[in-house]
This record gives sequence, C-alpha cells and structure tokens, in this order.
Amino acid sequence: MNVVLLTILTLVGLGVISAVVLYMASKKFYVFEDTRIDVVEEILPATNCGGCGFPGCRAFAEALVKADDISSMNCPVGSSATMAKVAEALGKVAGNAKPQVAVVRCNGTCEHRLKLNNYDGAISCAVAAALYGGETGCSYGCLGCGDCVEACKYDAMYMDEETGLPVIIEDKCIACGKCVEACPKNIIEMRNIGPKSRRIFVSCVNKDKGPVAKKSCEVACIGCNKCFKICPHDAITMADNLAYIDDDACKLCRKCVEVCPTFSIHELNFPPRKKKAEEEAAAVES
Amino acid sequence: MLKTFSLGGIHPEENKLSADCEIEVLPLSPVVKVPISQHIGAPAQALVKKGDIVKTGQVIAKSSGFVSANIHSPVSGTVEKLEEVIDSSGYRRTAIIIKSEGDEWEEGIDRSPEIKREISSGKEEIIKRIAEAGIVGLGGATFPSHVKLSPPPGQKCELLIINGVECEPYLTGDHRLMLEKGEEVLIGVQLLMKALDVKRAIIGIENNKPDAIKHITNLSKDIEGISVQPLKVQYPQGGEKQLIEACIGRQVPSGKLPIEVGAVVHNVGTSYAIYEAIQKNKPLIERVVTVTGKSVKKPGNYLTRIGTPVSDLIEAAGGLPEDTGKVISGGPMMGKALSTVDVPVAKGTSGVLIMPDELSSRKPVQDCIRCAKCVSVCSMGLSPYLLMALSERAIWDSAEEEKVLDCIECGSCSYICPSSRPLLDYIRLGKSKVGQIVRSRTTQQQ
Repeated sequence: MNVVLLTILTLVGLGVISAVVLYMASKKFYVFEDTRIDVVEEILPATNCGGCGFPGCRAFAEALVKADDISSMNCPVGSSATMAKVAEALGKVAGNAKPQVAVVRCNGTCEHRLKLNNYDGAISCAVAAALYGGETGCSYGCLGCGDCVEACKYDAMYMDEETGLPVIIEDKCIACGKCVEACPKNIIEMRNIGPKSRRIFVSCVNKDKGPVAKKSCEVACIGCNKCFKICPHDAITMADNLAYIDDDACKLCRKCVEVCPTFSIHELNFPPRKKKAEEEAAAVES
Repeated sequence: MLKTFSLGGIHPEENKLSADCEIEVLPLSPVVKVPISQHIGAPAQALVKKGDIVKTGQVIAKSSGFVSANIHSPVSGTVEKLEEVIDSSGYRRTAIIIKSEGDEWEEGIDRSPEIKREISSGKEEIIKRIAEAGIVGLGGATFPSHVKLSPPPGQKCELLIINGVECEPYLTGDHRLMLEKGEEVLIGVQLLMKALDVKRAIIGIENNKPDAIKHITNLSKDIEGISVQPLKVQYPQGGEKQLIEACIGRQVPSGKLPIEVGAVVHNVGTSYAIYEAIQKNKPLIERVVTVTGKSVKKPGNYLTRIGTPVSDLIEAAGGLPEDTGKVISGGPMMGKALSTVDVPVAKGTSGVLIMPDELSSRKPVQDCIRCAKCVSVCSMGLSPYLLMALSERAIWDSAEEEKVLDCIECGSCSYICPSSRPLLDYIRLGKSKVGQIVRSRTTQQQ
C-alpha cells in the first residue's frame, strides 16, 4: 500500500513542479505576435512566390503589419484587389499597383533573325550571355536556352520549338517576376494586364543603330521615331535607338502599331481589325 | 627531377606545329579596326575623330584611369569612323576604324634592327614609359603592366619571374620570340628588374623547348642575377601562381596577389614589348600571333599589327580548311571561340587556332559519376564538380565559401571530365556572380 501511495505522490509532485516551471517559462519567454498578421496572411494568396520581395506570404504579412506606409508595397499576384483588402484590414492606405503579367520583348524567331554561328556550350542563357552576344547578329535578343522557363514555378511558360522563343501562358502567370530576374538579357518585362487583357508593347530591346539592328533582325525596332511622333498620348519614349511604351500612359489607340515599319510593336488580345486594315495587311504581304 | 607545381595539372597533347616556323611579318591590312578596350580595366578614351590623319605609333586613345592603357595607331592613314564592331569578347564594342595609307611612322621611333643594349633610363622613367607605350600583359590576361610594377605601399618585391612557359598546346609565339629575339627579351628583363628594384630574375621555361632553354641560358650567362629555370611540362604552369610555386616553391595565399610572396611575374612577350618601348621608343602596336591547327596548310608565327582582322591571318596561313569547326582566339585550353573571323587582333590575341569539327565540338553531357578526376587535376585545390552544382543552383554564398573566386579558368576540369560536363562554363558564371556580390558588399561597407 505504501509503495503505491509513494508512487502516486511522486508522480503528482513531478507533475506539479513541471507545470509550474512550464507556466513560468511561458510567461517569461512569451512572444507577442500581432494577431493581425494571421488576418493579413489569410488575405494574401499563399503562393509563397517571393514576388513581393519577401520570403513568402507570412513574411510579407509581417512586413505589412509593421510598416506605417504600405502604399509602395505590392503583392504582384493579387495586386490592387488584394492590397485594398489588406489596407482595409489594417486601416492603412494601399497603393495603386495595377495587376501585371509578363511579356517577352523579343520577336527574333529563327525566321526573322538568321543564325550566324552555333552555340555549343552549356544550355544556360546565363552562361551563354557571359560568353558572347549570341548565335545571331543581335546581341540583345533572346538566347533561347530557356532560363526563364526553368525559373517559372507555375508552369506559365514554355519554349516554342518553332520560333525558339519563350511563350507566356497568361492565365497561369502570377506576375512573381522570377523570369524577369532569370533573363540575362532583360527581355521579359512585367506590364499591366490592361483592360480586357489588351496590351501594346515594343517587342524588341535592341539598342543598336537602325541599320545594324535591321540587318541582324527583320523585326527589330530601328529607332525611326515614327511611333513616337504619332502617339497622341505621349506614352512613347525614345532612348538608345529604341522605343518604349509606358503602359500607364498608353490609351491603346493602336496608332503606333500601324505605323511601325518593322512590325516590332505588338498588340495582344484585340479583336480583329476592320476590313480596311486587313486589306492593307494583305497588300503588304503580297 | 625537374621542378613543377605541386597540385593537380594535366598534360594535353602539345601539338606545337609551328615551333620551327620563323616569325614572319604579316602584310598590312587595308583597313584596321582598333578596339578601345583591349585590356583589363577601364576602356581607353578615343582621342581621334572621323577624318583625322594618324601616323603609325600615334596615341589614338588615352588611358582613362590607373588600371587602363593607352592605345596607339597601328598603321598610318585616315580615321574612317568610330564604330561598334564585334571583338574577341563576342559583343559589339567601340573600335576606331583606320584606313591604312602607306606606313608613315611617328617621329622618334627607332625602327633600325640594331640592338640597343645600354640602359640609361631610371626606375621612374621606365614605369612611366611602359604606361605611355600602352603595354599590357601579353600572356593573355592583358593586365596593364605599369600597375604590376607599382607594388602597393608596404610590400616589397624580392624577385622577378619571367614566364617563358607557354603551356598552352599549339601556341609557339613566345617560344619563337625567345629563339629569335632572345637578346632583346633579356634587355627587357633587365629593364623590369631595374623598374622593380630587384637583384634577381628567374626565367621559367618548360622542358619541351630545349632549344630556347639552351639559347637563353647561353645569352644570360654573363648577366648578373638572371637565371633560367627549366620546368617539367605540366599545364597550367603558365598561370602566375603555378609558375611562382614551380620556380621558387612559395604558394600565393588564396585571394592574394603574387607580391604577397615577394614575386612579380611578367611574360616573355611583355619583356620584349618593354624592350621596344624603352630602348626603341616604340609603343605596343604589334605582336606575335601563332596561326595554327591540324588542318591548316601553313601554320606559322606572324608579327601582326593590332586591329588586323583574324581573316587576314587565316589567309596568310593558307585559308580556312574545309573541315573547320571552330576558330579560336588563343590556345585550345583557355582560348575563346570566335563568332566571326572579322574580329580584330587585339593586344591579348596570342594565337588563332583553327580546330576541325570533330575535335572541337562538344560531346553530349552526361551525369556526374563522382570519379573526382576534376578535383585531382585542379591546380588551385578546388572541387570543380561542387562549384558547378552550386552555380547551376545559384547558391552563391556556398560558392564563395568554396573559393570559386580562386579559379584561374584553366579548363583542366572540363578537359578531364569523362562525362563531358560543362564544368568551367558554370564555374565562370559563378565567379562573375560571386565577384559582383563581393564587390557590391565592399562598396556598401565603405
């Protein structure tokens, strides 16, 4: 009987001591965590893509709670809609970042841009770019080894075998910007999705002078200034023999697309043009 | 037992096809393209514009900093334009295009063949003249020579090592220079000794050039302080750190310069250029270029003006063979394949190697079999397989810890790999990325 009692008392005693120690430890080492972090994390898309510049959604949520001004912070996946919700939950003012999607600013397909030599090294754009200008005469364009596709964790890109260029699947792109970082030639850019997904951009990054650019690639921007002159909204800037369309200022009038002599300005997701334009295109082709 | 370096190394087929070909003077090209960036450091600033008349040896681009070099006109004629041309870097970069008319030299340049033996210039003057003459390391690294002759305060140079190793297979320019211009090279060495204020110089020559070893030993017998060190044939003995260890048994610590162990290394070609600059007042406007390859009809060594297109050299060697796979600027180990033969010869062009397709094309890449051959041949004691894996996965902090920056890019690992893995390609990428990170970190700290 004594043995049983002693055992029970010992165990109870141990339990009590442990409970007291644990209780004191939990008071002493208590970590205060803002409950709002959980709330914000719940709003964020949980993709953990790192596009915001923080390691994962939780870290971004912590940063959002901590910051006084969140107007310059943006979740590229959810963009303004998500940020508005976050701002509401935190009682802060959100920035006005528009939803974006990646675009490839090179149209130098095998057809348009003739191969002048053969690259024989490691299959990596970064390695090739460190070595030389590339297989064609254009040292600015896509190298075609697919570093961007490798970097995309959301299956939103693939290499088109016919053209040798990467293609972005718009529905899958979450605008995390990993491909932009991976491209050593800075061809991929994040641009506003635009109303009804309509976008206009210069699909070329060649900074060579017109004749040099044109010689190496048929569809290169030759810096002729035609688009710059015709743009009624001052959305186009010229620098280093290259046109750039500011997507915030662009009103999608498509006048620049029509005047571009090398067809280097691309329009995406527009309905087919009216007959007159079609006829003109047919005439040009013939 | 001949001396060599202790760690790693390989012995590829030597193929010194042009070793018995005397140096020939290549005829002037009608148009030369002189890149303004032919050296490590800041590109030079062009001093001429379209339509200017220039003479051979005139400064046409001025050094734009301490680590930079003057560039002189290699021909006389009219400046046609400044244009971006593809140079040996593989990118378009600014070059001065000069249409050659006659060959009128700048006044004061001594073109007579007599050897001027007596050294009248002082230490400071020699360094100043070397900088003015635009001399850079002609072994291939193209580091401005005057910088190497001005050791940082507190560090003292004890001896000079002259690199006559020419460990790259195929190349023979330095070999021929030692045989044909041995005396001039030795005067250059004496000038360097004076500039560095050292009493001792060792000329390291690999044992596959017995004629050069004999010739230079004979010539240097009566010169105090200069000795010849025959070395066992082992690639990459021409690397600065490997050569220092082979000659004097000292190891340069990781991340440090050779001056740390009291040595400065210059190339045989550089000493010849220094002789010409000081004794003959002739700037660096030409160099010996080896044109070679197994299918080349007439391999040879050509004294070539800077800016001459590589195609001229190929023409002189009997034209481009039909089975050509790659045209390489430099040797087969460290050279770089050219994307076009219009690339101009620059100060660092030691050779033009024409490789047949079957020898030059890469074999399909296979998986690493963990044989560690790359580790055993690495003369810097690195683990190339690991550095490649880290670079491929962009793990730059570990790559830095594994001393990726110590790599001298000799290519022994890629050469030996039985799985044909592109080890050096990725290590070079890692080196440049880690280099960027380290540089930005140091600027942040300042």
